[in-house]
Amino acid sequence: MAGMNMIQALNSAMDIMLMKDPSVVIMGEDVGYFGGVFRATEGLQRKYGEHRVIDTPIAEGGIVGTAIGMSVNGLRPVAEIQFADYIYPGFDQIVSELARIRYRSAGEFFAPVTIRTPCGGGIRGGQTHSQSPEGIFTHVSGLKVVMPSNPYDAKGLLITCIEDDDPVIFFEPKRLYNGPFDGDPGKPAVPWSSHPKGQVDEGYYTVPLAKADIVRAGADVTVITYGTMVYVALAAAASLNLHAEIIDLRSLVPLDVDTICTSVRKTGRCVVAHEATRFSGFGAEILSVVQEECFWDLEAPIQRVAGWDTPYPHAFEWEYFPGQARVAMALRAVMESA
Amino acid sequence: MEMNRKSRLHLPRAPARPGEVPDFSYVQLSAAGAVARPDVNARARDIVSLSLDLVRVLDDAGDAVGPWHPHLDAADLQVGLRHMLLTRLFDDRMQRNQRAGKISFYIRSLGEEAVSVAQCMALRPGDMLFPSYRNQGLQIARGIPLVDLMCQCLSNTRDMCKGRQLPVMYHSKSGNIFSISGNLATQFPQAVGWAMAAAIKGEDHLAASWIGEGSSAEADFHHALLFASVYQAPVILNVVNNQWAISTFQGYAGGEQRSFAARGPGYGIAGIRVDGNDFLAVYAVTQWAAERARTGAGPTLIELVTYRAAAHSTSDDPARYRAKNDQEHWPLGDPILRLKQHLIGLGEWSEARHQAMAAELETLVQTSWKEAVTFGTMTEGPRLDADLMFEDVFKEMPEHLQRQRALMRAERSRSGGK
Repeated sequence: MAGMNMIQALNSAMDIMLMKDPSVVIMGEDVGYFGGVFRATEGLQRKYGEHRVIDTPIAEGGIVGTAIGMSVNGLRPVAEIQFADYIYPGFDQIVSELARIRYRSAGEFFAPVTIRTPCGGGIRGGQTHSQSPEGIFTHVSGLKVVMPSNPYDAKGLLITCIEDDDPVIFFEPKRLYNGPFDGDPGKPAVPWSSHPKGQVDEGYYTVPLAKADIVRAGADVTVITYGTMVYVALAAAASLNLHAEIIDLRSLVPLDVDTICTSVRKTGRCVVAHEATRFSGFGAEILSVVQEECFWDLEAPIQRVAGWDTPYPHAFEWEYFPGQARVAMALRAVMESA
Repeated sequence: MEMNRKSRLHLPRAPARPGEVPDFSYVQLSAAGAVARPDVNARARDIVSLSLDLVRVLDDAGDAVGPWHPHLDAADLQVGLRHMLLTRLFDDRMQRNQRAGKISFYIRSLGEEAVSVAQCMALRPGDMLFPSYRNQGLQIARGIPLVDLMCQCLSNTRDMCKGRQLPVMYHSKSGNIFSISGNLATQFPQAVGWAMAAAIKGEDHLAASWIGEGSSAEADFHHALLFASVYQAPVILNVVNNQWAISTFQGYAGGEQRSFAARGPGYGIAGIRVDGNDFLAVYAVTQWAAERARTGAGPTLIELVTYRAAAHSTSDDPARYRAKNDQEHWPLGDPILRLKQHLIGLGEWSEARHQAMAAELETLVQTSWKEAVTFGTMTEGPRLDADLMFEDVFKEMPEHLQRQRALMRAERSRSGGK
């Protein structure tokens, strides 16, 4: 075990896969010589060469399109889209092509591409460096969608995704790269070295998809969340002295319905929280699942916490961000009802 | 805003619309044999004129002339003629089947048969093809059985796509032909990626892809050229300039100011413009481009100048936007007639042999169709199991799809399987 932040853990995952599987290639803007703007691929080109860690033009549609072609020819590309906010030029290649190649060719061709992309706010990135577009991709048949919340999971999930024969959109909440963030920008930053999930096995291991993590067990209320909001939810529940069961989904598609429903049946109360905008967000899907599966166990209406339905505003970051106050309000509402 | 001033906006105009006389004077022609054939290792910047001239081998008399003459054996030319004629007869039959309600949709390649057939014959079986929806000649020249193509169009129990794709969206893993998308130009950067992987793996296969000139307006075209140029990928990118994107004249794809092949030199890629209805010229430039790709001299953009003699698809009626009988005025003629004339001139073909081959191929098409329909049609015979719709979304079916499959089964059993 070694202390790693999330960037180091992701780097370790790619390092191990480049070593283990000669078909793995890394590609993206600034990923090669420079090692990526967030340093996730630092040192990999020096170690594995320019033909396996490939700098690309600034053309996300070209990155995804060529990654598909490479994967059809037996490679296993891990493509970085520098910010999730920049993924849209590649949208048609992801939605109409990547997601459907196995289906439309009746399984004869498949495209094992992993698209890594930093997402989320809290870094003063304004509306072009802060978005959480996961719900746009969970809506697409044929894509797996993953978002880790800590270094240990990030490494194990990324290895799983690279080895997966289906395409994966791998969202990395960039506010968590250097440490768990509880939504309070006024507090000093906490490094991963002080967190148990910052202790990462240096070797090969996997974390499975479709398996949520119960971050904290509790009997009062279930909070279903993922990414940065895991730590916001923990802090908000603690501030109210609630024994909340905090579930980190980790994998949005496929979804671990059993863990969600087992918990809600136990607590009878449910809050769903994500950074992404609310309207048609992934939270609506979770709400729907809980309502369909656990309606008779519910003691109160399900509450939803999300970013406001506006573009991500630069000057109003903390009024926009679904911080502890917003989560606490939802927790109070769900505890006070009925 | 004052609107009484004359607009200075330039709007490309089709040379002839319904009721007007067909006019192809805008097509820049070179005489057969007039264009020089540079060394396959020539640098893109030194051969820019190739992207503006028109490589032609067959002259008006049907003789093969000039430096691009590929000197193919008569037997190979006869095979090419056969593939082209089979493509046309297959198209005719499938068009009639669509009109008879046997299939939902069809797209013919009438007048463009030389593009797919000659190009496929100039490539190796291990080269990967990324076709558009008007490249059925590739399937035929690669030897995919007609029955397989027909069963795909029928979405029947032997459909290679398991009922998931519109007619003509074929694929063949064993034939090295990629799955066709209905979204335009998406295959272009994919072909480049495939070629990049071949280069990374140290294999000497190349990739080739086809789009129409209309689709060259899509960003994917530009991504493909850029990535092909940056990595000097072993790829042949083909723009089939058949002059029309449904009703939109090629001027709206930017063809008025500069040839499509000339996009290549702009990206540092060899661009070459070829008479797309001249089997020998198409073969020769493809062979040239393939040798470039295989020897590490880089990618090539080929513009194949041809004419879409038929409607865009069975859902289209060109009488509403094109001059009547315009294809009869097309200056580059018909690819089948031209190769036939050439072979007759060589003393390697005759009208009688042609008629005999046409009859034989017509029989092949008919017997293939008879066999194909035994696997079901849209209205009769065996049907695919609807359960199949849930397979291959992912490699392994996730829980939510298993649940939905169970719901569909319940829905069907309640409605008596209707």
